[in-house]
Amino acid sequence: MSAAADIAIDVRGLTKSFDGRVVVRNVSMQVPRGAIYGFLGPNGSGKTTTIRMLCGLLTPDEGAGTCLGYDIRTQADRIKRHVGYMTQRFSLYQDLSVRENLEFVARLYGVPEPTQAAVAMIRRLGLAGREEQIAGSLSGGWKQRLALGACTLPNPQLLLLDEPTAGVDPRARRDFWNEIHELAADGLTVLVSTHYMDEAERCHAIAYIAYGELLTQGSVSDVIRQSALHTYTVSGGDINGLLHELSGRPGIDMVAPFGASLHVCGRDADALEKAIAPYRKRKGLRWERAEPSLEDVFIDLMARAKDNFQ
Amino acid sequence: MTPLARFIAPGFWLRTRAMLVKEFIQLRRDRVSFAMIVMIPLMQLVLFGYAINTTPRNLPTAVLMQENSDLGRSVLKAFENTRYFRMVAQVHDEEAFDRLLASGEVLFAIEIPRGFERAVRRGERPALLVAADATDPVASGTALGALSQIVQTALQNERALPDAGKPLFEIRQHARYNPAAVTAFNIVPGLVGTILTMTMLVFTALSVTREVERGTMESLLAMPITPLEIMLGKIVPYIIVGFLQAALIIATGMFLFAVPVLGSLWLLAALSTLFIAANLAIGYTFSTVAQNQLQAVQMTMMFFLPNILLSGFMFPFAGMPAWAQWIGECLPLTHYVRIVRAIMLKGSTLADVHYDALALAGLMLVAMAIAVSRFRRTLD
Repeated sequence: MSAAADIAIDVRGLTKSFDGRVVVRNVSMQVPRGAIYGFLGPNGSGKTTTIRMLCGLLTPDEGAGTCLGYDIRTQADRIKRHVGYMTQRFSLYQDLSVRENLEFVARLYGVPEPTQAAVAMIRRLGLAGREEQIAGSLSGGWKQRLALGACTLPNPQLLLLDEPTAGVDPRARRDFWNEIHELAADGLTVLVSTHYMDEAERCHAIAYIAYGELLTQGSVSDVIRQSALHTYTVSGGDINGLLHELSGRPGIDMVAPFGASLHVCGRDADALEKAIAPYRKRKGLRWERAEPSLEDVFIDLMARAKDNFQ
Repeated sequence: MTPLARFIAPGFWLRTRAMLVKEFIQLRRDRVSFAMIVMIPLMQLVLFGYAINTTPRNLPTAVLMQENSDLGRSVLKAFENTRYFRMVAQVHDEEAFDRLLASGEVLFAIEIPRGFERAVRRGERPALLVAADATDPVASGTALGALSQIVQTALQNERALPDAGKPLFEIRQHARYNPAAVTAFNIVPGLVGTILTMTMLVFTALSVTREVERGTMESLLAMPITPLEIMLGKIVPYIIVGFLQAALIIATGMFLFAVPVLGSLWLLAALSTLFIAANLAIGYTFSTVAQNQLQAVQMTMMFFLPNILLSGFMFPFAGMPAWAQWIGECLPLTHYVRIVRAIMLKGSTLADVHYDALALAGLMLVAMAIAVSRFRRTLD
């Protein structure tokens, strides 16, 4: 049990297929306690399936592991007591009030004095005055806060958040992340899936999954370093024309527009230099070496994974 | 512009056709609706065509022979020859005679009195008693109508009998429990069960599918609650609702139609609760099988139909062929209709209706066991 003391999630070789289609392939990950672990990947990459396997909602076809020290195959009941799972779709009762929803959750987890616990949570969420409002009539941002409140009410040790901020405005998103950081500071482990790069950068560590395979994991700087991607930004001149000229040239693995500039990336530094050499002298263009952004890295990873699968 | 042209704007047929094609595609994907289109008419035809008989024959009959005589046997033979009566029990005292009728094991009981043969030979025109369970006037009515024919023909082949030009004996009819053959007395108790079946099934049939459709099931499954706890939590509130509904129907029946309640209201309440729970459990089972709320409602309809036709609520149970009776025995409504009629009209006790009470409990437990085992704890 010593490992369980500092590792919240420890799974190896998780594989799951539906109707013969592999959705998650051989995913292994370790998440230390107290960490905010970002789970990134395109739509349909297997993020939700992986999260569901972690909390016992799906049984892996292959692979094994522990969540909070409990076996994910045989001890799902114990895991459920200590995990708060926030689904992608709002899954509290739309026709119950804020207070009734929270009290229901508190009672299911056997929280002592559920009424008081609900009141305390309402105050913490800043929902005072809306206790009796029907959950279905809350705005998207408030629904999200309420759902997070319902997950954290029973004092879980691990939060699994499945795209919690999809469709939420930037202000509400920031509040949401502040809350998550506060919870993590109190020792809670958080696994959060997202599409937003800025959110990925708020995580202590990230994992990137595409086509069901975990492609990379580590801190944001680790992931960028591991990518070994060499990047230039070009600005000035006819960016759009340049984009078409550079795309697909040998040595250039990716070109993407970022506002008035282009990111030009290549995995082989020499090949990249050779490829862009003719354009460097072109008038009006300003070439600068740059760090690849997280997005560059992910898009490159996805492209490479696609190559491997086709 | 003609009024028609105003409706048929350019592209009218194109858009109508697009909608039509889409509906066909969706219908083809919806297997349960498709099955309904085939199953409902087939079920109706088979049940109405083969199972239902409004002039039922071979009705179970008990015999109390107070004397062992040739004439008595001839009369009984005449009863059997009408094909309305089927002798299933021979009793030896009046207590057993009454008990068999009260428990519903037989619909008729015939008593051949002591000294019957001697009285006939002397031309005294003795009376024999035919007691009928008239809680269902349809079932007993036709058979009772055939009695006069028996009087005419029963002894016509016997020799050495006085020829008075008049019938040699008479039959005294005793339509018990509903002597005036008031239809409401028969319908109201049955309606209690029918209405409860319909409403209770729908309440729980939607309960699980609603959670699945609204996405709340995923959260619920991730929380520490077991399938049994979910089921009990969902069923119990509706037991109270169903109980109030039953009370309303029975009270209305008593006040508007003067339907008697001869037996114990407490017993009726207790067994009604059992019946309500059985239906809720069955509805809940549907909801664990159905993939959406529409399917759940369709399953409920499919189940409701045989309940109406084969339970003895609308058509005499005893008149159905054996296979239909077996199906009927598997439906909670069959047992409840018997129980309600027995308690309200006959004043039956638990001892009289214990078989049907046990059957209800059994059906409820089976439905609950299926529901709990069918309930998926994961999203696999």
